[in-house]
Amino acid sequence: MSQSVSRHSLPGPEDIVRTVLPNGITILTRTNQTSPSVAFSGFLPAGSVFDPLEKLGLAGFTAAGLMRGTAQRSFQQIYDDQETAGASLGFSASTHTVGFGGRSLAEDLPMMLKLLAECLLQPTFPPEQVERLRSQAMTSFAIRAQDTAEMASLTFDEILFAGHPYALPDEGYTETVAAIQREDLTAFHQRHYGPRGLVLSVAGAVTAQQVIDQVVEALGNWTNPDQPLEPLLPDVQPLAAPVRQHIYIPGKTQVDLVLGSLGPKRTDPDYQAASLGNNILGQFGMMGRIGSIVREKSGLAYSASTSLNGSRAAGSWEFSAGVAPENLERVIELMMAEARHFTREPVSSEELKDSQSSYIGGLPLSLESNAGVSRVILNIERYQLGLDYLLNYASMIEKITPEQILETAQRYLDPTHFVTISAGPHPSEV
Amino acid sequence: MTSEPCFKLLPNGLAIYLMEIHTAPIISHWVWYRVGSRYETSGLTGVSHWVEHMQFKGTPRFPTSQLDKAISRTGGVWNAFTYLDWTTFYETLPASQIDLALDLERDRMTDSLFDPVEVEAERNVILAELEGNQNEPRFRLGEAVQKAAFDRHPYRNEVIGSREDLKLIQRSHLFAHYQRYYQPANAIIAVAGDFDANEMFERLTNRYASVSSSPMKADDAPLEPPLTTERRVEVTGPGTTTYLQLAYRAPAASDPDFFPLTILDSLLCGPTSLNMFGGGGTTNKTSRLYKALVETELAVSVRGSIQATIDPFLYEISATVRPERTPEQVLAVMNDQISRLQEELVPEAEIARAAKQARAMFAYGSENITNQAFWLGYAQMFARYNWFTDYVKNQAQVTPADVQRVARNYLQAQQRVVGIYLPESLPERAP
Repeated sequence: MSQSVSRHSLPGPEDIVRTVLPNGITILTRTNQTSPSVAFSGFLPAGSVFDPLEKLGLAGFTAAGLMRGTAQRSFQQIYDDQETAGASLGFSASTHTVGFGGRSLAEDLPMMLKLLAECLLQPTFPPEQVERLRSQAMTSFAIRAQDTAEMASLTFDEILFAGHPYALPDEGYTETVAAIQREDLTAFHQRHYGPRGLVLSVAGAVTAQQVIDQVVEALGNWTNPDQPLEPLLPDVQPLAAPVRQHIYIPGKTQVDLVLGSLGPKRTDPDYQAASLGNNILGQFGMMGRIGSIVREKSGLAYSASTSLNGSRAAGSWEFSAGVAPENLERVIELMMAEARHFTREPVSSEELKDSQSSYIGGLPLSLESNAGVSRVILNIERYQLGLDYLLNYASMIEKITPEQILETAQRYLDPTHFVTISAGPHPSEV
Repeated sequence: MTSEPCFKLLPNGLAIYLMEIHTAPIISHWVWYRVGSRYETSGLTGVSHWVEHMQFKGTPRFPTSQLDKAISRTGGVWNAFTYLDWTTFYETLPASQIDLALDLERDRMTDSLFDPVEVEAERNVILAELEGNQNEPRFRLGEAVQKAAFDRHPYRNEVIGSREDLKLIQRSHLFAHYQRYYQPANAIIAVAGDFDANEMFERLTNRYASVSSSPMKADDAPLEPPLTTERRVEVTGPGTTTYLQLAYRAPAASDPDFFPLTILDSLLCGPTSLNMFGGGGTTNKTSRLYKALVETELAVSVRGSIQATIDPFLYEISATVRPERTPEQVLAVMNDQISRLQEELVPEAEIARAAKQARAMFAYGSENITNQAFWLGYAQMFARYNWFTDYVKNQAQVTPADVQRVARNYLQAQQRVVGIYLPESLPERAP
């Protein structure tokens, strides 16, 4: 093995092995012998988009129940086996998919894949475990109701994506989780869990052939001919008027603020331009222009930044900050003013060059661990970016111009129609 | 592709530790200072953390507005942390860009500006950080428990400091603290990644050899007598969730008892990953307290926490109590499980299991260059580097009798603080 190649190469078609099994499972692997460990991640299309409204949280509840007992192992045996190996496996639902991930020593990968298969194929949802999960969910709802950042974010999504599945929290609400019966979990599992659309990515001290053999052994015979296709989601319509809302949570010392608008989908052609624009606006250096205005120049907040969340059917472009109640209005004004500026004038070529160089230089850092490699490869498959995505990444980023960023910002960021949500004490309380 | 670490001590007292790792074209560079809340005096709590913030506020060579940009431009990451015994600054960058990190850290070891306007702006930022923390019930409970656990030792204070002190601290306090602690004899540089060690020594020597250092006196923190009666603290605040937190005085990291206590924690609450970067290890659902509290529906979750520190700090056990249960019910079960460890010898197989868990955590940590560089410096803040490399071996040597002994010596009820967070019954959303 030539060291110059092994040291400095990015994952690409040469060393990512992609295999599709006859039952529809896609396997991606990349070998890394640095450490005797492996990381894996994956998903299957069984997310909250299938939840009935009155039982919102069903997909998440089902995913949480997978490791609570299988036809072969009790809850205690499942966790005893993985904890004894110092390994981990976990499932969680999002809108489109149920994601899973884990890590182990390479010697324990066959055991972990067997466990993964048992949880996916033969969960038993023991009644006492279902009730325990339900009460844990209720406690987490109570904690969520007191969490200023979570409540601001939850309300922001409810309003920005009104009428669309993205408006709803994947974990549901107190009353919808209370309505879910054990039979709902078994029915949801039987209908929606299957090999079609399942993607598994493995990185670490194991060869591609070893992974393929182990996955075929564990999941190769799985079928579910009735597995439904994911429903087509409608486009999200922009709001006709701005919305301003304060969620009053008494007894808190700080207000969390989220404001913003719709953003591009992850697969939209203007996504990368928006992403670089967002980097300049609220990420680069100490949280970009927004960090500089709100934190560095005015000392009004510990954190103030922006984020671009591009998903499959829509996205959001958000400004957020944690601020003292008496500074809330001032911070909103500063953010709005910068949004207007950002949509009026192109970013400078120096700003763009900085962010481009940051994106390109940062790529090897995101691939520092097996878990990082596994996640990046999985996302390449999720959004069909192509196995050469990382190899082409630098030239794709370098092509973006200030004008493209301005056009993209004008398409999405209209401060006169922003949703602005704050959560915490009233300014008068302090 | 990974070499053994090598070491050099400059005449001015600066210690340099290097480890070549050629798995990715990146380098992680850390500068550690022996200063943190342990070194603070009454009225000046939070001064170390504030000085850390001021280190991002520029030098004549790297003005504040250029610092973040210079790092971000490389695609690298940087940050800093202040804790009980130490303050550390790091950069992980593409290997070709490492001179920027070397120049920056050299510069701010001695030349930070502490501009009075920036000092005032940072006061607000830190007060906002504190307010954010205090929005969390668990922070408020932890703060109260820590204060009750020590009468004299500065470990009683939160690293961020008290609101009262943060309002009163002046630039002169910050600058004096900076001048006293930020110098070669009080620092360790640790670098891991894609470089040649001889070249890296030369680059660091060129930058630091001429920096003078005054001899550091050992800062002995006040001795803290043992607790003789159980202390109770109650915190009330918003929310609907009750939390329970126990704090026992723990041995220092360099004490041989530290390893049996980590095994004990692993049995009671599940293994804790030592990796700051490189993620966690496994779950804790087969730990004794999870089975006794969560399986029996008394608590929603339970976890243990033990910190590697210079002086004896705390071993803490925390639980989130289920709404229909009381903290006293949870406490009674914790007491039973602790008594069991004091009375019965732990099976050898359970210790072997903890050792395998430690081996797995080590493998995860060694995937990651930033984590390797972190350990190279971190372990020396409270012991030596071989504390880290021998960790797996030391854990494997723990015997059932060791675990029983530390359970008897450290987990006595009269030597603990019991903290309870009681929610006020506020409506979830008032008009």
